[in-house]
Amino acid sequence: MSVIYIIFPLALLIAIIAVITFIWAVRSGQFDDLDTPAARILHDDEPVDIPEVRDKLSNSEKVSGESQASN
Amino acid sequence: MTDVACIHCGLPVPPGLIDEEAEHQFCCNGCKMVYETIHGCGLQRYYDLKDEQDPTEPGRATGKGYESFDDSTFHDQHVTLQEGGLTSIDLYLEGVHCSACVWLIEKLPNVLKGVVEARLDIRRQVAHIVWNDESISLSRIARTLDSLGYPSHPFRGTRMHDIWRREQHRHLIRIGVAGACAGNVMLIAFALYGGMITGIEDQYRTLFNWAALGITLIALAFPGRTFFVGALSSLRTGALHMDVPVALGLAAGTLWGAYVTVTGGHGDVYFESLTAVIFLLLVGRWVQHRQQRAAHAAIELLYCLTPTTARLIEQEDSVREVPVEALNIGDRVEIRAGDVIPADGNIADGSSRFDLSLLTGESKPIAMGEGEQVHAGAVNISSRIVMEVQATGAQTRIGRLMAMVEKFAQERPPIVKLADQVAHYFVIVVVSLAVLTAAFWLWYEPTQALRNSIALLVVSCPCALGLATPLAVVASIGRAAHCGILIKGGEVVELLNKPGLIILDKTGTLTQGKMKLTSYVGDEKLKPLIAAVESQVVHPIADAFVAACGEEGVNIQPASITSVAGKGVIGEVESQRIVIGSPSFVGEEVGDPPAWVLDAERQCLAQIQTVVFVAVDGKIAAVAGLGDPVLDDAPDAIASLHRSGWEAMVLSGDHPEIVNAVAKQIGIDPELCEGQASPERKVEVVTRALEKHHPVVMVGDGINDAAALTAAGVGVAVHGGAEISLTAADAFLRNPGLQPVVDLIHGSRRTVRVIKRNLFVSLLYNVLTASLAVTGIINPMIAAILMPISSLTVVMLSYRSRTFGTQECQ
Repeated sequence: MSVIYIIFPLALLIAIIAVITFIWAVRSGQFDDLDTPAARILHDDEPVDIPEVRDKLSNSEKVSGESQASN
Repeated sequence: MTDVACIHCGLPVPPGLIDEEAEHQFCCNGCKMVYETIHGCGLQRYYDLKDEQDPTEPGRATGKGYESFDDSTFHDQHVTLQEGGLTSIDLYLEGVHCSACVWLIEKLPNVLKGVVEARLDIRRQVAHIVWNDESISLSRIARTLDSLGYPSHPFRGTRMHDIWRREQHRHLIRIGVAGACAGNVMLIAFALYGGMITGIEDQYRTLFNWAALGITLIALAFPGRTFFVGALSSLRTGALHMDVPVALGLAAGTLWGAYVTVTGGHGDVYFESLTAVIFLLLVGRWVQHRQQRAAHAAIELLYCLTPTTARLIEQEDSVREVPVEALNIGDRVEIRAGDVIPADGNIADGSSRFDLSLLTGESKPIAMGEGEQVHAGAVNISSRIVMEVQATGAQTRIGRLMAMVEKFAQERPPIVKLADQVAHYFVIVVVSLAVLTAAFWLWYEPTQALRNSIALLVVSCPCALGLATPLAVVASIGRAAHCGILIKGGEVVELLNKPGLIILDKTGTLTQGKMKLTSYVGDEKLKPLIAAVESQVVHPIADAFVAACGEEGVNIQPASITSVAGKGVIGEVESQRIVIGSPSFVGEEVGDPPAWVLDAERQCLAQIQTVVFVAVDGKIAAVAGLGDPVLDDAPDAIASLHRSGWEAMVLSGDHPEIVNAVAKQIGIDPELCEGQASPERKVEVVTRALEKHHPVVMVGDGINDAAALTAAGVGVAVHGGAEISLTAADAFLRNPGLQPVVDLIHGSRRTVRVIKRNLFVSLLYNVLTASLAVTGIINPMIAAILMPISSLTVVMLSYRSRTFGTQECQ
């Protein structure tokens, strides 16, 4: 059981790191506005216009259009 | 036909506005403008991000010029310089509603060259804009935001917000540290409890005890210090409050634990209960702090909406919009119809009617002409005037009233809270119980004496008791805010518990504060014609007629209109000659009126209404009475207050006869009412009432009520009130009518009932644990289990109880 003498201070060290990280997060204002970042993350990416992707998309549209027509 | 939805906001388009030719349909011009701007800027992705199922408010681009945003005084006040020659400002935006708005506003740097960064806080609707002042002007940015549908105002609470933010950081860090300490000590305690059952080697027990002691000392020295500081200052002033028993328990538990650890003995240590108490109480305090801040923040945002600009006349008669703060004595300003007077001054040119209701409580507009003095805060209602500024800022009448408000706010006696009263006795009981326990055990079994009295002190550490009031208050203030009742502090709720005296202002509080058509005797078919004539005139009476006589008349174009200032108007509509005006004015036209007209006139006068005759082709056809009608819900609200034991009186700056008539209508004894009261007189009445009644509640809306609101035990500002009354009041009602006042009072009573129930439950737990301690059958494990249970009970009781808003507003 003497492993406790190593494990225990290690656990405390991790706790201290967590507390320091929390203090840093508070000081850098990460808890100031809890609503906007949740909305912001949803629309960071602009739709991109890559030719190959566009061709693929229009092909698949064509396919679905044809299958609908055959129905 | 199915409803056509507006392409911008999703609301149904009125049938008259549907344009069959057009590709897109708009519900209003604002939406059309905003839609075109968004497409013009290439930001149409906004519509993909928006939830189409959810109609929003219509776009409300105002098309304002925002010239004042470029003034140097404005920059000095609201703009901050940043590194690298950049400037930044916080703008409060109207019309922010969903996450797509975040996207749109934060795309501003792509649209406008020179804008470096735009970040929106969606809850506060405040955007932080960083821009390069050399390449773009602030007014241009504001105009762009406006045309995107977000009219902007400088955010005036930046300094207060910063202070609050730092305070919030300190709170959070304290909670974080306390939480980490409590969690780790708890883990150590698990090992020790395991040892209690299965046995533990002495060396490990000593290790764990030392570690727990060290962590507890950290928790006491940093986050827990606030309780000792509070307890010390409370002992110094002699008024014991909740911090004293908390500090007592913490100190006793730690000293005992340290003694056991250092001597290596086998006694109980209570470290995990102590750290958990610190953590839970800090969380309770933080929640309370946050909730109270929310009410202040909402009021700060309302300030931003009040106009801050004046139209300064410069040489060569050009007019420039400047911030109010830039005005100097001797400046000439233009005041258009509908504007608020920005400073005290003399009318230099023109004459107009002024609505002084917020300043004096008078409900009827007052006519003033060249050379007469007007005060800041009055509203110019009929025509353009030019004013020479005589006093600005703190020197104006409003400024002096504001100083009075601050004076009263400082002189206010502190309120003894229910929880502190309980704490007072609690300390005395706990300390004497501890002494008695020690005495008994010294006689019975001396080795157990210290252990049992320490256990008593620790387990009575009032965690649940300390949470009882804050949580109940926070939960109910949150509920109240949902119903549009903003409460600035918990004391308000406790004060309103017992019935006392409620003093009501009249204009704007009991009445609408606006002229309205209240009686009409005569031909109904005439109404559209009256509206046709009156829609051409700018006058409060004319507005009342137009509002009451329907929209159909507005489209009829009168052939001619002659308006005689202060008397009436003569118009020709559909080849009929219509004369509308005061009885004497119309009397000149038609000679002596018939008996039914005189009858109707007498009836109107009895109800203190302004009488207007309408004559068609030389014959009187209708008699109309106009007044400031009592709010629909006022009689019921007063009756409800009377039923719950409150006394009510009316205190107004308006004419005594009008005050009496209103009092009679809503069921208050006119004997109790007073008219023609100046702001100073109102304060006098309130302070005198404070001697006899407890509590005294003042309800008002105007600048003239502000000092009385602060002087009273509880000041309540109603919907549509002046800026100052918001500062002065303890509670603010966002919804019109008198019913919210009743809701506030009933809600407060229910809240105090919840507080009492919480106090009772937590005391019950304390009695239970204390009796276990006195009899010596408690150990740290039982204490550690009972304590969180009692706190949880209190939390649940607080959030489960319906205090505010039983049905209406949920």
